[in-house]
Amino acid sequence: MQGQMVIMESDPNNIIKEVTQSDYKYGFVTDIETEYAPIGLSEDTVRYISLKKNEPEFMLEYRLKAFRHWLTMKLPKWAHLDIPPIDFQDIYFYAAPKKKKQYESLDQVDPELLSTFDKLGISLEEQKKLAGVAVDAVIDSVSVKTTFSETLSKYGIIFCSMSEAIQNHPDLVKQYLGSVVPYTDNYYASLNSAVFSDGSFCYIPKGVRCPVELSTYFRINAANTGQFERTLIVADEGAYVSYMEGCTAPQRDENQLHAAVVEIVAMKDASVKYSTVQNWYPGDKSGKGGIYNFVTKRGICKGSNSKISWTQVETGSAITWKYPSCILLGDNSVGEFYSVAVTNNHQQADTGTKMLHLGKNTKSTIISKGISAGKSNNSYRGLVRISKNAVNSRNYSQCDSLLLGSTCGAHTWPYIQVENKSSIVEHEATTSKISEDQLFYCQQRGMNAESAIGLIVNGYAKEVLKQLPMEFAVEAQKLLSISLEGSVG
Amino acid sequence: MLLSIKNLHASINGKEILKGIDLDVNQGEVHAIMGPNGTGKSTLASVIAGREVFDVTSGEVIYKGRNLLKLAVEERAREGIFLGFQYPVEIPGVSITNFMRTAVNEVRKYKGLDPLGGGAFLKLMEEKKKLVELTSNLANRSVNEGFSGGEKKKNEIFQMAMLEPTLAILDETDSGLDIDALRVVANGVNKLRTKDNAFMVITHYQRLLDYIVPDFVHVLFEGKIVKSGTKELALELEEKGYDWIRKEQRDNGIAG
Ligand SMILES: Nc1ncnc2c1ncn2[C@@H]1O[C@H](COP(=O)(O)OP(=O)(O)OP(=O)(O)O)[C@@H](O)[C@H]1O
Ligand SMILES: [Mg+2]
Repeated sequence: MQGQMVIMESDPNNIIKEVTQSDYKYGFVTDIETEYAPIGLSEDTVRYISLKKNEPEFMLEYRLKAFRHWLTMKLPKWAHLDIPPIDFQDIYFYAAPKKKKQYESLDQVDPELLSTFDKLGISLEEQKKLAGVAVDAVIDSVSVKTTFSETLSKYGIIFCSMSEAIQNHPDLVKQYLGSVVPYTDNYYASLNSAVFSDGSFCYIPKGVRCPVELSTYFRINAANTGQFERTLIVADEGAYVSYMEGCTAPQRDENQLHAAVVEIVAMKDASVKYSTVQNWYPGDKSGKGGIYNFVTKRGICKGSNSKISWTQVETGSAITWKYPSCILLGDNSVGEFYSVAVTNNHQQADTGTKMLHLGKNTKSTIISKGISAGKSNNSYRGLVRISKNAVNSRNYSQCDSLLLGSTCGAHTWPYIQVENKSSIVEHEATTSKISEDQLFYCQQRGMNAESAIGLIVNGYAKEVLKQLPMEFAVEAQKLLSISLEGSVG
Repeated sequence: MLLSIKNLHASINGKEILKGIDLDVNQGEVHAIMGPNGTGKSTLASVIAGREVFDVTSGEVIYKGRNLLKLAVEERAREGIFLGFQYPVEIPGVSITNFMRTAVNEVRKYKGLDPLGGGAFLKLMEEKKKLVELTSNLANRSVNEGFSGGEKKKNEIFQMAMLEPTLAILDETDSGLDIDALRVVANGVNKLRTKDNAFMVITHYQRLLDYIVPDFVHVLFEGKIVKSGTKELALELEEKGYDWIRKEQRDNGIAG
């Protein structure tokens, strides 16, 4: 799409000024690499985005409703986070599809980034790809993507970008978009609904077991997905899919604010496994820079015997605000949340889950492992609600915090509401430190303090890590160690 | 000389535990260290290994011609010092395989060797497991987690076999072992014994010394080595207990 209208201009800065000072009419600019919407946020911005994406009327309506609602909302303040004020009029809400900066060779790439790639064991070819170095045809993403899509279409699986889905499967989008996270849900979800740029759409038809991890795709297409990402996954009756979001390689994104929305719908007997490894730029050691990651993720177990399982490994971002949740509507449905959140230096994370039990015999499991180091703050916030009709339901929650050093903070806020007598809720919480004995034991075997801590922390998080798809588990393990580098003096 | 300790004083929280230790260990030797509870045997082992809670207030320790006290814990380990712990700690969630692989490869890296790949590492592990008669299922479990006392000690010997140290200090590795396990542990040590390495075996029981025959036996008493001899000294201690040593010390004290 971006290739079609190219207006060459010499000085992009001038253009931006021009555009911001003129009213919206044809007020968008294009240069070879980037197309910007006018800076700031107004109805015009929303219309611009929808127009730019050539969306059907219903999408524009949806976006506008969301935008108008957003105007009436206030920033949420309840999280245990210190969030600097965000000027929404100083953000470009549409700057896409942007090509990454291209390098001629790896020599030109930030050596720190490369050393992280090395530690992650990422192959040289892949390093080039991730860092934005022009690559050989061997792993050309277009061809791989095509082959991949062909395989999937044999099963009737739809897996495409949200933009493509809006064009090619408007009925499905209309039916499910906003059905789990309505545009009125919360401040950032409303914002996302108004201005989302792109994301992924996935539909698994009745009775189909998706034969591949839907991660391969992301591995290859880890390029810019934009700051307002929108993902929708629908698993029809009896379907199964395992979906892996993100990329374990560090992403140096220019956008400071990220507000994604992910919706999952699981029909009768369907099962969806959603895994995330989030490793965005956390800011430097003094707490400067870094991504603000405000995400709304929610799934609904709509049919009986359905299951949604969230696994997340959160090591990046300066601020994380994220509660992947399950609405257990169908009888006997199952919700799971496995989380490892690591904070170091000045990072802040307020993360957890909500398990809303509505159907009978519903079951949920929450395993949360918070690891804090440096001057960081790490909070678990979880809600388990068992409604009156959700008889014989069960929840098991285990929230553990591990502290490295004495300047970091760990907090646990479990909210539990049980409205019937036949259900059982169990909650366990622990706070621990890495003992000097454990460290000495490892060091006496020849390990330095950092790899010792890496090892101990990985052992601590094992219950969660083992939920990850195999190919990512190994990298996630390395990532945990890398994230904690410099956390011992 | 491999290790030379001169007039070593060490304390913890201002309380002096080691009060002037002198000890020389050559390659190829086995030294047994005996002595009543709480006299500083484990402290001596910890100080050699570099545990930071202990303050070395005076004296020197020369290892392979270098000032050992200047080296970090992990450097000492990579230079071939191994401590078999009296109380091995549990590391939940970390398999012995993963633990040992990290350890072995860090030591290799220090020596300028390439890390062992998965296959080669597992082969080495199989070989060493056989050597110390360690059962397979133990190696798959988390480090020491839920191990019985005897299993923990066997695991220490297994780790020693994997790391092939130059100086191995075994702190009461025989305590809590049944007769079979004792024989296994002793055999492990004997198989690993060469003319190039040395052992310091801390024990309360002369029984172990029937299996691991020491070149020297030292008695550590109230922070000092008060008596050294050959393996007959161990037999004498077994027979007479420590009272005569106490008495001797008292008499010396009066005499001095
Ligand atoms: N971490 C510590 N804090 C305080 N005191 C300590 C500490 N470690 C050792 N000590 C003290 O140092 C003294 C020597 O202890 P050590 O463990 O070296 O004795 P030991 O000879 O190994 O005894 P055992 O035969 O019972 O193992 C004891 O009085 C002990 O209480
Ligand atoms: Mg002791």
